Amino acid sequence: MRVVPFIVSTVVTVALVFALNKRWGSIPELGKFLSPQTGFWQNADGSSENMDEAFSFKNLKGAVNVYLDERLVPHVFAEQEEDAYFVQGFIHAKYRLWQMDFQARYAAGRLSEILNDSKLLNVDRLQRRTGMVFAAENMLAEIAKDPFSQQVLDAYTTGVNAYIGTLTQSSMPLEFKLLGYKPEPWSNLKSALFVKLMSADLAGLGLARDLPFTNEKSIFSLEEMALLYPQVSDSSQPIIPKGTLFDVPLLTAVTPATVDSLYYTNDTTVNPVQVPKITDIKGSNNWAVSGSKTASGAPILCNDPHLRLSLPSIWFEMQLHTPTMNAYGATFPSIPGVVIGYNDDVAFGVTNAGRDVIDYYRIKFKDGSRTEYWYNNTWQQCKMRVEQIKKRDGSVFTDSVAYTVFGPVLYDNTFNNDDSSINSALAMRWTAHDPSNELAVWIKLDRAKNYADYEDAISNMATPGQNFVFAAKNGDIAIRQQGRFPLRWTGQGLYVMPGEDSSYAWQGWIPQKENPHILNPAEGFIQSANQRAVDSTYPYFIPGDYFTPRGISAYQQLSAMQNITVDDMKRLQNDVYSTLAADAVPFLLQNIDENYLNDSELTYLNELKKWDFNVTANAKAPTIYQAWFDSLEKQIWTDEFAQSNRSFEYPDEQTLFEAIKRDSLFRFIDNVNTPGLETLNQQITTSFKLAAGGLAKEEPTNGLIWWKHKGSFILHSLRESLMPFARTGLQTGGWGTVLMAHSKTHGPSWRMIVQLTGETEAWGIYPAGQSGNPGSKFYDNFIDDWVAGKYYRLWMMKESEKGDKRIIGTINFTTS
Amino acid sequence: MRFLLATFLTATLSLIAGIYTPWWSIAIISFLVALLIKQRFGIAFLSGFVGIFLLWGGLSFWIDAANKQVLSHKIALIFPLSGSSILLILVTAVVGALVGGFAAMSGSSLRRAERQGQVPVK
Repeated sequence: MRVVPFIVSTVVTVALVFALNKRWGSIPELGKFLSPQTGFWQNADGSSENMDEAFSFKNLKGAVNVYLDERLVPHVFAEQEEDAYFVQGFIHAKYRLWQMDFQARYAAGRLSEILNDSKLLNVDRLQRRTGMVFAAENMLAEIAKDPFSQQVLDAYTTGVNAYIGTLTQSSMPLEFKLLGYKPEPWSNLKSALFVKLMSADLAGLGLARDLPFTNEKSIFSLEEMALLYPQVSDSSQPIIPKGTLFDVPLLTAVTPATVDSLYYTNDTTVNPVQVPKITDIKGSNNWAVSGSKTASGAPILCNDPHLRLSLPSIWFEMQLHTPTMNAYGATFPSIPGVVIGYNDDVAFGVTNAGRDVIDYYRIKFKDGSRTEYWYNNTWQQCKMRVEQIKKRDGSVFTDSVAYTVFGPVLYDNTFNNDDSSINSALAMRWTAHDPSNELAVWIKLDRAKNYADYEDAISNMATPGQNFVFAAKNGDIAIRQQGRFPLRWTGQGLYVMPGEDSSYAWQGWIPQKENPHILNPAEGFIQSANQRAVDSTYPYFIPGDYFTPRGISAYQQLSAMQNITVDDMKRLQNDVYSTLAADAVPFLLQNIDENYLNDSELTYLNELKKWDFNVTANAKAPTIYQAWFDSLEKQIWTDEFAQSNRSFEYPDEQTLFEAIKRDSLFRFIDNVNTPGLETLNQQITTSFKLAAGGLAKEEPTNGLIWWKHKGSFILHSLRESLMPFARTGLQTGGWGTVLMAHSKTHGPSWRMIVQLTGETEAWGIYPAGQSGNPGSKFYDNFIDDWVAGKYYRLWMMKESEKGDKRIIGTINFTTS
Repeated sequence: MRFLLATFLTATLSLIAGIYTPWWSIAIISFLVALLIKQRFGIAFLSGFVGIFLLWGGLSFWIDAANKQVLSHKIALIFPLSGSSILLILVTAVVGALVGGFAAMSGSSLRRAERQGQVPVK
C-alpha cells in the first residue's frame, strides 16, 4: 500500500512548487525569490567582494579599462571615442538598470504594465497625452542629422544591451525579482525619453500656470492678477546684473487685434485638475567667482541643482577619458556624457531656468469622434495617435489622442482626470515637442576648451531651458540662460488662448544671441538661483512670477566676499540664512498687537524675537515663523480665492510680504466675508494666534524642532510602497527660501565645487550612493556625510595612477 | 549512515544543480536521491528536509554574514519579519526544506511502490 503515500506526497510537492513559483498579488514567487542561488540573497553584495572583471565584445573598437575607486566611482579610459560611451552605457546598466528601465517606462506612460495599481492608469494616460513618445521620436530624428551624436547614442545603447545580455536570474536587479518582471532591451528612444522626462520635470505641465491663472482671471481683474503674480518683484535680483543694457530686439511679436475681446475679457475658464500640481521651484543654485575674488587667483565654479531626492539617485558619478576628452562629474544613467562637471580646461553646471514653455489652446472639435477641429475657417483633420496601455492583469486600455497644429489635445471629454465638469478640449503647445538634440550639449561641453566651445555646445539646449554657468582656467566666467523660448507678445500664454485660427500661435523664437547671458561681469561673480534672469528692461516678454530670496542671498554674500576659498564655497552651499525672514519677521513683530496674546503665545513670540534668521536643523524659531506665515497666507487669501471652486495657486510668500510691506491698505487684507474692514494689524495678530494654537498641539510630538517638523526623507523610486528602501528622519536644516533649500522631498541633488587652479581642485557629494542595489553598502553610503554638509575630494584620475590604493576593482573590456 | 548520505547528497547535488537550473531543481534532486537510497518513508522526508534546510539556510547565512545584514534587514521589514535577519534565514531554509522533504517522500514512496512488500532495513 505505497501508492497512496506516493500520490499524496507527489501532489503535495507539485502543489508546493507551483504555489512557490507563482506570484500572489504583491507577494513575489517565494521559491524563486527566497532561493539563495537565484533569489534576493544573490543581490546581497559581499562587503569585501573581489570587483575585478573582464569582458569581450565585438561591438568595441579597442580596449577600455575601468577603475573603480573606493566610493565606487568608475574611471573609464577608452582608446576610441565611441567605446567610452559603450562602456558608460554598460556601467550605468550594471549599477542602475532597474532605475533606467523604470524611468523609461514611466516616461512613456507604461507603468500600468508593471505595477498593479489602478491609480496609475491616469498617470500613464497623462504621459501619453503629453506626447512624451512623440517628443522623443522627434528628438531621434534630429540626432540622426548629426553623425557623431548618432554614433555616441548607438554606442551607449549597445553598451546597455551588452550588460543586459550578461544577466541571469540570479544577477537580475532586486526590484525585478520583487515585482516579477524582466528588463526590456534598451533603445535610443529610451535615452531620448529620459531627456523628455527631464523636460517634463523642469519645463513641463507643472511649470505652466496657464490653467490656474485662467481660473483666477474669472474672479480677479487683470490689474489684480498683475499684483498677485508680478512679473518683476520689488526685491528682484536678476542673474544678469541690474542695469545691464540689452540690444534693440531683433524680433517683435505682434499682438492680435482681438486680444481684448477674445483673450483678456473672454471667460475661457477651464477646470482640469492640474496634474501634476504646479511646481514651486525652490532650489538649485550655481555661481562662479573670478580669480580676482579668490585666494588662489583662479576661478571657482559651484553648482547644487535641487531635485526630488530619491534612492537610487538620479545622478551617477563618473570620469570619462578618451583621446579627445577627459571629463568628470555627475552623469544621468540613461544618457551618454557628463552633465554637470569639469574637464582639464573648464567647468560647467546648471540650474533650472523655470521658463514657461507650454501654452494651451482651446480646440473646437466637429463632433464626438474628435477627428476634425475648426482652424482657419475650415475643418481640419486631426492626426490620431492610438495609445494602447497594457495593464499588468493582461487587459488593454485604448486611448486615442488627437494631434492638432498646436500639438496633442491634452484634455477633452474622454480625459478629464475624474473631473466631470470639463467639457472643453485643450491642446498643448510645448517646445519639447519640437526637434532638438540636447545630447549634443554634453557631448560637446565635455570636450570644451574655452568660452567659444561652451557657447557652441550649449546652443543645442532647447528644452528644458537651463542657466549654464561656466568657468575656465584662462580666467573666464560666464552664464547664459539657454533654451528655445517662444517669442511672445506681452501677456501671451498667461491664459488659455483661442485655438480657432493661427492668430494666437507662437510667432517664432527669441533669437539665440538674445538669450540672457553675461561674460566676465564687473562684479567678479555670477549667480543664479531660479530667479527671473533679467530686470524689467529685457525686451522680450517672460510670463510668470519668480521667487527671489535665494538669489538675493547668493548675490549679497558673494558681493561681500573676498579672497574666497573652497571652504568658503562649501559654507555658502550649506548656508541657511533667510533674507526673507530677516525682512519679514521684524515687520510682523512691529505690526502684531501683543496685548491680545496670552502667555503661551508670548513664549512662541519671544522665541521668534531671539532668532538669527538661520533655518538650522535644531532651531525652533523656523517652525514658528513658517507656521505664522502659512497662517497669514490663509488669513489674507482664503476669502477671495474661495470665490472660485476651481484649481488655483496662492501667490508665494515673497509676494504677500512685499505687498503688505508696500501698502498696509493692500485690498486683499480685508476679509470679504465679514461686514467690517479688517486691518493688517488685526490679520497679523489673528494669524499668529491661530498658528500658536497649531504649534501648541504639535509641540508635545516634536518640540517644534525644525528638522523633525520638516520631516525630510529620501524615498526609493517606488515611493511609499517600499519604505524599507528609504531613508527617513534626515536631520537637516534649510528650506525653499534659503540657499540650502532642502524641503521635505527636494534638496541639493549634487553639490559640486571646482577650483580651476593648474591642477583642478574639485569637491562633490550627492545624497545616495553609486549602486542602485539596496543590498549594496554603496546604496546609500553618501547620505550621512551629505546630511553633515561634508564633501568628497573628486579625483580626476590619470591612468598611470591605476596602482593607487583607492582603486578597489578593475573592469577590462576588449574587442572580440 | 544512509540518512547522512542521503542528506549530504541532497544538499550537494542541489547546490550544483542550482547553479544551472531554476530553484525547483531542489525538488527533483531530493526526489531522485530518495529514489536511489533506500530509506524509511519518514526518514526520507527528514533527509530531504534537512538537506535543503542546511543548503538554503547555510547559503543564506553565509551570504548574509558577508553582506553584514544590509539587505536581509530591509527584506525582513518588507515581508514583514520585524527586520530580523535570522528569522528571514529560517523562513528561507524552511520553505526550501519543505519542498525537499515532500519531494524526497515522493521519491521514497515510488521506490517502495515498485518493490512491493519489501521491508526497509537500516
